[in-house]
Amino acid sequence: MRARPRLPEARATLAMSARLEVEELSVGFRTRRGVVQALTRASVTVAPGELLLVVGESGSGKTVLAHTLLALLPRNVDVSGSVRLGGQQLLDLPAAELRRVRGRRMALIPQSPASSLNPVRKLGGQLLEAARARGLTEEQSRKRLHELLGELGLDLAFVSGRYVHQLSGGMQQRIVNAMALVGDDDVRLADEPTSGLDSDLVDATAVQLREIAARGASLLVITHDLRLAERLGGRLALLYASRIVEIGPTAAFFAAPAHPYGRELLRALPEREGKSIPGMAPELTALPGHCAFAGRCPDRFDRCTESVPDLYPVSDHVLARCFAHAER
Amino acid sequence: MLSAEGITKRFGGPSGPILAVQRVSLAFASGARLGLVGPSGSGKSTLAQIMAMLLAPDDGSLTIDGDRVDIWGVRCRRELRHRVQLIFQAPRMAVDPRLRVGEAILEPLAASGTAPATADERAALLQTWATRVGLTGDLLERFPHEVSEGQLQRACLARALVVRPRYLVCDELSSMLDVSTQAALLEAIAAVQDEQELGVLLITHDRVLADAWCDEIADIRELSTHQGEEAVTGGPVPATARPTASSA
Repeated sequence: MRARPRLPEARATLAMSARLEVEELSVGFRTRRGVVQALTRASVTVAPGELLLVVGESGSGKTVLAHTLLALLPRNVDVSGSVRLGGQQLLDLPAAELRRVRGRRMALIPQSPASSLNPVRKLGGQLLEAARARGLTEEQSRKRLHELLGELGLDLAFVSGRYVHQLSGGMQQRIVNAMALVGDDDVRLADEPTSGLDSDLVDATAVQLREIAARGASLLVITHDLRLAERLGGRLALLYASRIVEIGPTAAFFAAPAHPYGRELLRALPEREGKSIPGMAPELTALPGHCAFAGRCPDRFDRCTESVPDLYPVSDHVLARCFAHAER
Repeated sequence: MLSAEGITKRFGGPSGPILAVQRVSLAFASGARLGLVGPSGSGKSTLAQIMAMLLAPDDGSLTIDGDRVDIWGVRCRRELRHRVQLIFQAPRMAVDPRLRVGEAILEPLAASGTAPATADERAALLQTWATRVGLTGDLLERFPHEVSEGQLQRACLARALVVRPRYLVCDELSSMLDVSTQAALLEAIAAVQDEQELGVLLITHDRVLADAWCDEIADIRELSTHQGEEAVTGGPVPATARPTASSA
């Protein structure tokens, strides 16, 4: 792998304008069961230095959002809307241009680390390759990887000589985290960055992620782990059945969720009531023409089963897709 | 009682063997809810596989209701294996991708030749367990890649319960799932415990979950002894999980 030449002036301009703007993004997969509507008209903006959490249950569209931003989607997909990074439209970029964005301006911490690492190569080479692809020299790469892994309690020398199957799930997770954090990409997308990690390592990972945002990167963290979300802070977008149903400061969400789904989700935490929400989310192939949560909502009224609510302002910084807030 | 005594397991590594589990002893009764916590890489999953007879230990013994396990893996007596069921963290890696969800739930019975004889009886049994874990509609007709992670884990729970085990070992059963699905799975397990003798070993790195749901909690580091000395000493260890004389 050849080291990529760095263009300091060009990067400076990019970093200045690396705002990630997603507007009215819809993603549907054509399958034998019909169109799976994974994301419906989602709009979010992540400014440099900002941290946005995308929270929701499995199958709510979280991972599809990250994969759409990086154009990592299969062919049976229909995408509409707009994704801009520093003003540049990413959705229709040719493949060669996209490669310049992926892993250089945008890095992904993938879900399921074991399947993202090469099983027949030792990890040392893979770690160094990820660092050198960001233009670091061999010496810089080793130093930075040593630091990043060290913060997470792993020794670079220990993991370098090993294959992925020789490490625990938590160790694998830390390896892919280090690979995505080693560069100075403008945008980091982290898809469940703490799966398989115990609470001490979740804390250490949260510290790393917050530091990266503090250094000016736009950080989008996808997680179903509400405790990680609370620790990370920033802003939070709650997804349900392909739509953003609430968006606002993370602290506001944990203090008092504005959407009934958020309220019920927090009640399900074992340290609160540990009570599940009855029923299941609607199928993404057959989303209703009204509020998707109406069937499970303890507070529903007539209007909820008549049409899909907009995102209504609840307070200065909070929006919720619930008719209960429509009259304010 | 499902009882493990002095279990040790090593794996080969490039720079010598890795000691995954070091002389761990723990036991729990049918009807109990024992939480097993410990940091990432401390051997919890290896111990789970040994307790479910999928993996043979290098040393130590496993006893199920007084019956000592001598043969491990697929050669182990089926009746013995049915007594202890294991649920894995990643449901997608735990089911055959070519079987429909409904078929996967009944697979253990089909494999052991103990499935009901008629199609109607099989359908009724499937419906019973699917309902208990909250699977509805046409989900049972779908392939694993056509359902969500949470729905598939519900199917894995049904598949484990359908053989009427006396012990259930849950290895991070909800760490990939949202809290509502986690609560639904635990509610389904609790409902079965209300009706039949079922001991649950809940392996988790989520101490808050273990505190909220389990009767007792053991930390794997406190159950393990190394070079004749206790490796770690911490808070009080519950009676059922205290290291026994043989491991001290």
